[in-house]
Amino acid sequence: MRREGSALHGFGVVTLKEIADHFSSILVVVLVVLVTATAIVVVSLGLAPIKESTAEDPFLFLLLFTRSSPLTLPLLLSAFLVPLLAIGLGFDAVSGEHNRRTLSRILSQPIYRDALLFGKFAAGLFTLTVTFIVLWLLVIGLGLWGLGIPPNAEEMARALILLLITIVYGAFWFALALLFSIVFRSAAAAVLVSLGVWLFVTFLWPSFAPYIANAVSGSGDILGLLETQQVFARLSPVVLYNEIVAIVLDPSVRSTQQSMLAGLGLALIERGSIPGAPIPLLQSVLIVWPQIVGLVAGSILLFVIAYIVFQRQEVRA
Amino acid sequence: MNVIEANNLTKRYNGVAVVNGISFSVARGEIFGLLGPNGAGKTTTILMLLGLSDISDGQARVLDHDPVREPLAVKRHVGYLPDQVGFYDNLTAAENLRYTGRLMGFERSEREQRIKSSLGHVGLGEVANNRVGTFSRGMRQRLGLAEILLKEAQIAILDEPTSGLDPQATAELLNIIRDLKNRGVSVLLSSHLLERVQSVCDRVALFSQGNIVLIGTVPELGRQVLGGGFRVEVEAQGQGLGERIAAIPGVQRVEPAGANRFLLLADHDVRPEAASAVVAAGGRLLRLSVEEPSLEAIYTRYFQTHEGELHAA
Repeated sequence: MRREGSALHGFGVVTLKEIADHFSSILVVVLVVLVTATAIVVVSLGLAPIKESTAEDPFLFLLLFTRSSPLTLPLLLSAFLVPLLAIGLGFDAVSGEHNRRTLSRILSQPIYRDALLFGKFAAGLFTLTVTFIVLWLLVIGLGLWGLGIPPNAEEMARALILLLITIVYGAFWFALALLFSIVFRSAAAAVLVSLGVWLFVTFLWPSFAPYIANAVSGSGDILGLLETQQVFARLSPVVLYNEIVAIVLDPSVRSTQQSMLAGLGLALIERGSIPGAPIPLLQSVLIVWPQIVGLVAGSILLFVIAYIVFQRQEVRA
Repeated sequence: MNVIEANNLTKRYNGVAVVNGISFSVARGEIFGLLGPNGAGKTTTILMLLGLSDISDGQARVLDHDPVREPLAVKRHVGYLPDQVGFYDNLTAAENLRYTGRLMGFERSEREQRIKSSLGHVGLGEVANNRVGTFSRGMRQRLGLAEILLKEAQIAILDEPTSGLDPQATAELLNIIRDLKNRGVSVLLSSHLLERVQSVCDRVALFSQGNIVLIGTVPELGRQVLGGGFRVEVEAQGQGLGERIAAIPGVQRVEPAGANRFLLLADHDVRPEAASAVVAAGGRLLRLSVEEPSLEAIYTRYFQTHEGELHAA
């Protein structure tokens, strides 16, 4: 059965209104400032050790992202800042409309539900993207000022990939929060469940996954066990993000990370690269291509589920 | 010509019918009331007419459009005021309407002009730039009506427009609703507050458990349910008035109601005849009043007599 008119009629209007809401919301502004300030502090703390130790590193600039203490910027982003910001943007996207009793009034205007949900998603994605671009530019600027050397083309390309992956990762968490804001009519329930999922996949799942893997695999084959463990660990978007970032930002795959990324190290050997020698950019991307696809697919899947649930939901409270 | 046609409209949730094959129509320029207790299926009917809820069975036509296949055409010409309407509290009244105007696709100059005139019309011109968060319930309801004016809707669908309002706010709101009718807007309103709605509705449909049990004008329903229905009270001084009054054609019964007072039960409004009868008998007419059948009475009587059947059904 065909519906009359475009499903996206009114999409632009909704998107602009939602973006305006985000930037005039105290919660969102506080979160953005908090995220940016935290990131800047972490990168600043890492500047001094970089200047002292490794002047001859060919990828000196990338150390900004990978060598700062006690946490690196990508770890901080994956574990705290991105999920926090994305959940903050999304947890009351739809439940808020229910609670304010605006949903049925807005849907009685000549638009489809598609336009409302797409508009909300686009606005969330826009706000995340703007925040991450600002953050990224600040870090790059800080690096120029603190290290006194410009990044080369390859370093810029790798840093740009970090930006893109972080946006996709943000989209994943935003889609999750959006889904819960549709499923739960109460904003409190949506935010608690979102935070629960965040805590689980970030802190519990990485240590929990090996036990499940052990139980499932059963055989004494170490390599098989390792693979099973990774399959389970990679169900967590945090693990996917960290693997992508570790490979993309660290062309020479330093030994400290090699143990953490034992499986990836195996992948490198399979590809015939010489341990210790830098991997070309394209190869780096190819190594983590499955993880990138997984992250994108996860975000799309969550949004599709949210879309279906929203389409089937009754309007009345 | 009818602007709304519902034919055997049915809504089932998990096999249970909450709206059970109802049929009614609303003529252009008419105020039609859907009345009944909460949970009788009024809101569900409204949502189906707007294309906001799927129709399980039967058909609906709104302004000759199918709400299922052409919801945008329906929603472009129909204004909807939901039960306890909500607005964005952090935005001003004008900003809230601006969002609606944008969704409607109005040009900027036309939009601003319409916002100004519709807010002025419902008496919110002074507070156009105040945040809706500071508005009272009555002001929100009026802002909802301003939105309908802004759309220049041909049909206004109002769900429980007066619930939770104080008497003055109710009176103001009913005046705006009458004014909508004068502009040629057809109004479909639902309510469980019978006596308030009686004064504005041209025709009403009484809902019970997903069915329309009675439909028509209030006096019609009065005749159907209460029989006769007109109660005329005469207060007059004079000799032999009781017999004179009882002889008026159409009067079914006369009850003495105290000194010099008579209560007539008649099948139509017999006030003119009663007045001339008193005068002809040389009496002094002190008071003459008619009590129109009240929806409340009709409703209560109907359910007293049909309770058994409804539970059996």
